[in-house]
Amino acid sequence: MSPALIVFFLLAALSVIGALSLILQKHPIHSALSLIVVMVSLAGLYLLMGAEFVAAVQIIVYGGAIMVLFVFVIMLLNASAEEHTSFSKLAKFGGLPLALALTGLLAAAMIRNGGAVPNSATPDALAKTSDISLMLFSTFVYPFELTSFLILVAIMGALVLAQREKKT
Amino acid sequence: MVPTQYYLILSAILFGLGAVAFVVKRNIITIFMSIELMLNAVNLAFVAFSQAKGKLDGQVFVLFVIVVAAAEAAVGLGIIILTARNRRSLNIERVDLLKL
Repeated sequence: MSPALIVFFLLAALSVIGALSLILQKHPIHSALSLIVVMVSLAGLYLLMGAEFVAAVQIIVYGGAIMVLFVFVIMLLNASAEEHTSFSKLAKFGGLPLALALTGLLAAAMIRNGGAVPNSATPDALAKTSDISLMLFSTFVYPFELTSFLILVAIMGALVLAQREKKT
Repeated sequence: MVPTQYYLILSAILFGLGAVAFVVKRNIITIFMSIELMLNAVNLAFVAFSQAKGKLDGQVFVLFVIVVAAAEAAVGLGIIILTARNRRSLNIERVDLLKL
């Protein structure tokens, strides 16, 4: 077993355990911390694939900004452990097979439609950050500009939604 | 070199777990976090395909997904704060105005 494969299985196990923990934890802050574990291990997987820039963005934006926002809101709303509600019988017995079926279907579809592609690129030729930036500012320049507009709208939306209602 | 299939299977597993969490959890914030988990699973598939095909398009797509996720988190958490203020609860069962 090659070292890359060992690292892959370690990180994959870590991310799956984190995702399971997200489901099993009762308190939202514990779920948020498990999600951070998933994100950091995914960043490790990106590094393993030679995508350094995506790994850095994953840690800074996802693990940093977005999760801090989540933890901030959990603290702000003083969220407590979730109340237990009983599931319907259908959900109890049909849920697990359906979830497994969804997972299997997704994996089968992705592998059938593209997973058999031979690894044509050497890791060195791929994922140069300068190439990504060139692509971002030439081929994808219109979507890039649109995202800046999207973020502007999102900022205004968040401000309007979260402000206190004016006393009339 | 790790085969691409392994990454795709891991991505499918994470997406399935995210879908399960979306249905099972009762806290609005945790449901929102499971959406982020599903987005992360899709990102993993994007990067795996990008590596397999030797093209960088997939990695640029991942950047866009992350930007949209950040915008979504900002707006979504604003909505959550508003709901929590109006309903005095974070339980999704209490938000049932549209329920028959």
